[in-house]
Amino acid sequence: MELFPSDAVFTPDVSWVALWPMVVMALGGLLLLTISSLGKGRIPRPFYALWAVLTSVGSFITAIPLWAQVHGWEDAVLWYDPEVDPTGPFSTVGGVIAADGFSVFLTMLIAVSMVAVVLVIEAYLDREQDRFPEMFALTMFAALGGMVMVSANDLIVLLLGLETLSVAAYVLAAMDLRRVQSQEAGFKYFVLGAFSSAFFLYGIAFIYGATGGTGLVHITDFLAANVLLGSSGLMLLLGLGLLIVGFAFKVALVPFHSWSPDVYDGTPSPLVTFMSSVVKVAAFAGMLRVLVMAFESAGADWRPVIQGLAVLSLVGGALGAIVQSNVKRLLAYSSISHAGFILLGVEAASDVGTAAVVIYLTAYSALVIGSFTVVTLVARSGDRLHTLTDYQGLGRTSPLVAGLFTFFLLAQAGVPFTAGFYAKFSAVIAAVDAGTAWLAAVAMLSAVIAAYLYLRLVVTMWFVDPAAETDTSHVGVPAAAGIALAGCAAAVLWIGIFPNTLTDWAERSVPAVVQPAPPNLVESGDEADADVEFEVGPDGMPGMPGPMPGEMDFGELDLESLGIDPAELEAMLEGGDLGFDVDVEFEDPPG
Amino acid sequence: MGGPITAFASGLLAQLGNDTTNGLVHESVQLAEGAPGFPLLPALVFTPLLGALLIGLIPGSRAELHRATAIITAVVTGVFSLYLLAIFDTADPGFQFVEATSWVSSLDIKFIVGVDGISLFMVVLTGILFPIALFAAKPEHNEKGYYLWLTVLMAGCMGVFVAMDLFLFFLAFELTLVPLYFLIGKWGHGRRVYAANKFFLYTMGGSALMLVAIVGLATMAGAGDDGGISFDLVKIANDGEISRDVARLLFVGFALAFAVKVPVFPLHTWLPDAHTEAPTAGSVDLAGVLLKLGTYGFIRYGLYLFPEASVWAAPVLLTLGAIGIIYGGVVAAMQKNLKRLVAYSSVAHMGFCVMGIFALNSHGIEGSVLQMINHGIITGALFILLGYLYKRRHTYEIAKLSGIQKVAPVFAGLFTLFMLASIGVPGLAGFVGEFLVLVGVFMAHRWWAVVAAAGVILAALYMLWAYQRVFHGEPDEENKGFGEIKLKEALPLAPLVALVVFLGVYPKPVIDRIQPSVASLIEHVEAQVPGFTEPTSQHGSELLGGDLDEGSGDGVSEDDVAGDDAEGAGAAGGPDDDEPQATLEGVTVTVTGGGS
Repeated sequence: MELFPSDAVFTPDVSWVALWPMVVMALGGLLLLTISSLGKGRIPRPFYALWAVLTSVGSFITAIPLWAQVHGWEDAVLWYDPEVDPTGPFSTVGGVIAADGFSVFLTMLIAVSMVAVVLVIEAYLDREQDRFPEMFALTMFAALGGMVMVSANDLIVLLLGLETLSVAAYVLAAMDLRRVQSQEAGFKYFVLGAFSSAFFLYGIAFIYGATGGTGLVHITDFLAANVLLGSSGLMLLLGLGLLIVGFAFKVALVPFHSWSPDVYDGTPSPLVTFMSSVVKVAAFAGMLRVLVMAFESAGADWRPVIQGLAVLSLVGGALGAIVQSNVKRLLAYSSISHAGFILLGVEAASDVGTAAVVIYLTAYSALVIGSFTVVTLVARSGDRLHTLTDYQGLGRTSPLVAGLFTFFLLAQAGVPFTAGFYAKFSAVIAAVDAGTAWLAAVAMLSAVIAAYLYLRLVVTMWFVDPAAETDTSHVGVPAAAGIALAGCAAAVLWIGIFPNTLTDWAERSVPAVVQPAPPNLVESGDEADADVEFEVGPDGMPGMPGPMPGEMDFGELDLESLGIDPAELEAMLEGGDLGFDVDVEFEDPPG
Repeated sequence: MGGPITAFASGLLAQLGNDTTNGLVHESVQLAEGAPGFPLLPALVFTPLLGALLIGLIPGSRAELHRATAIITAVVTGVFSLYLLAIFDTADPGFQFVEATSWVSSLDIKFIVGVDGISLFMVVLTGILFPIALFAAKPEHNEKGYYLWLTVLMAGCMGVFVAMDLFLFFLAFELTLVPLYFLIGKWGHGRRVYAANKFFLYTMGGSALMLVAIVGLATMAGAGDDGGISFDLVKIANDGEISRDVARLLFVGFALAFAVKVPVFPLHTWLPDAHTEAPTAGSVDLAGVLLKLGTYGFIRYGLYLFPEASVWAAPVLLTLGAIGIIYGGVVAAMQKNLKRLVAYSSVAHMGFCVMGIFALNSHGIEGSVLQMINHGIITGALFILLGYLYKRRHTYEIAKLSGIQKVAPVFAGLFTLFMLASIGVPGLAGFVGEFLVLVGVFMAHRWWAVVAAAGVILAALYMLWAYQRVFHGEPDEENKGFGEIKLKEALPLAPLVALVVFLGVYPKPVIDRIQPSVASLIEHVEAQVPGFTEPTSQHGSELLGGDLDEGSGDGVSEDDVAGDDAEGAGAAGGPDDDEPQATLEGVTVTVTGGGS
């Protein structure tokens, strides 16, 4: 006797609302590729840029009703209608994609960053007289990967997002055919990225072995309910360690950072804006969700590791930058130092910490996109002028560009009334709140060392006369890059002076432990007369795809509409021959 | 503008002449109440910022407009600050003109501003010195940036002095770094880039830990009943409960930042470089206002926020202050560069301020605040004069200058006046503050006062010696053409001359306003630190003319300064103390005459 009739199909519930931002981004990228290959060069390049911008904007707009939905707003927003749609954070596609404040906010951040990145790429391509619509398509696919990562509620899905993002990023790094460093960068990025993915996957395997699942909610519940001892505990620690190594590679934490200066240096400058913003956002989001949410109860194990990485990155990044004479490498080291600051928020393992990470990522995205846009412009045709010598006297020859760069650099140094300061402030709050004020002190002191490297650039631009070999031609600002720069500068100022709004949003952007929605067995009927409540144990149940993540509460089932006789069920339960644990509670006991 | 200026003039006259019961005063106060819509303190901060914005928008080719905008902005802000002085309620020891607006609601960060008797004069000092520095010095290139940064700097300084929220305070405190960095780096002399970098990194390093301490304080002491977070200064100072050791740790975080800013020996090494290489206006504002950020911070964010920790750390800071006085004096005497000499003299003078604060009694703190004002005026004037000198001779080398008195007697006269004030000659401003500090320190820690008093002699030594080398003798070929000071150059100095003399002869109006706030601060410290009473070892009344013998007896019994056993020998009191008191007696009455 089957418990459920065979025609009851178990499909994971797909809430398309949660997927729209990704779908738009994916479709936009695919269509762009299709159009470009059909058009065969007849389509002017600005069309592709416009297409990519519109796709990103579309992706952003589709996230707005989702934001309203996860926060349970009571007013209708776009196509979100509180009367119809569920409210609050939820998960979908069998619980592997989470829609909570965290995922939605970072999805929006990625979409907005994409707009700026696309504009910078367009300005670059225009100057280089290159076509490369692939550059737009690849960034869009990478952004899609990033969106998957920030929403991933399952380690496997996280890996999928990571690979989508990374593979596109490898190609992007090698995009400049004229410079051999670009190819070198792509290759280096690929080899080390593949290593880190392998670490990551190996880590997932261990964690599966230790906890019996890859779903983050499953892991959370499992670790909350069980204490792992002996080999299981070791397996969990190994898995956790390997995961951290994988993440550390991706976000370039000391000592897993050595690829990043080379890759930043070799990659075409406009694409570094992408790498340092979207890629970091996605990787940190994944790290935060896995460590802070899923491994919350193992905090005592991973927090010291993250603290160590934070100290190394903060100090190592700042010290490493001092000896650089190449601006891109210098900024690469500075971004390592910034990553150390973001770790303060991760390490705090609290809502305050999460908010700090979100604030830092937002501020940092605006800062690095702005900075690398300037780098792109100053590099001139051929993307070649990157040494400090090339920046000498820039304040005199191109005051606007130099002024903006100075602003972004000082903001990165943490000067008040800029986003950079507020981001550091939030990180310090998180660390102090978590009882690790010493880490905040280390971070602030290393920020002083890092300030020296920004000052070096400022001095070069404003206080040093151009050398003989310096290109003193005026650096023009194309309209596309100008919009990106203005947007970034406005964001940096706005966050710096009126941080209230961002703080407010960031505090709503907390990852939620979202239980998977019940499979669509049946809509709960109005005339249910014999309802049961099911709870399926960790061993899963027959007929369901894969092991069920954790204990599942099926809610109330209308037995009659399923064709189950309550009396028969009662008998089966008493017989105990179901093959899986089930806890049934009759609302209206048979007989 | 007419209303405020008239009211200010009448109010000022009335207050300077009479006690607070004068009718005119009431009128001016009522006038202020009658215009409740005008946020005076925010205007102090935002007027310069608005000016900076305007300067930024005016195209670079219109240099004269930049100067005009900067001067108008600074003068308007200055007038606001003087108006504030006029309508300030002398008797009220608390914060006045408080305005509060929510800023970051979830962290309870507010834009709270207010002034009390201590910050009032810092605000006024800023309001006076900035316009004068603008009048007195012109940049040689890049006018736009120069004026832009100066106005931003003014806003930052005003922000620090009116802030009553820790977050706002830190923002303003840090904001002052950037303009001065550019002013030194772009418009300075000699090794300007080195000096600018050193200044920026040194001071940023000093305040790095202060941010952590602020956050720590906000989370621990700012937590109210709801366990939240608050950056509200008054709330933390009065309600915050943190354990003694934590408070001491946090105090160290704050103190480091202030000690660098003051600067306290041995954290002073950035100052001579920054001072020497900075352009004239930069030096004036740096010495006149920015150094006071540190001493003001010690009072407001050290003593007021951490009374117990301040009492605990007082011996150390007193000692460092004394070392600074001697060290600054000795090193200043050795200098070959006149500007560097004045810079090192600042180390010595600021040492007095620190000592006064950590004497922890009303004489010391009042003296310290007075010394801040006086040092701002005197050193500001000296740097302006040095700027004129540099414009004529393009050097600060003492060896290259001689006999200037012969060719430029008025210039030499002005220099003499401010030099004598700097030395601390009675009758000029410098004396009053230093004397009160010495009295305060003497009451609390006798021997420290003895050491510090030696610094006054040193000041006479280095100043007079330098004066002798530069101004006396026969002018050689190069110095013969030294042009006399022009009227246009002398005019900006006129208010400073008037102030130096006025404050030297009659400091009562200033002390009257400082006193209530200092008294309430000391009450606050006494209330928060169990066992601590204001160290008035020999009883203020005797020192100010009471019966000597009777006083000594009382002094012993009341001399139970908590935690200050270190100077037990000195504070033991007894007959052997009679002599110094006797000397002090007469002088005190002369100086603070109206105040007693």
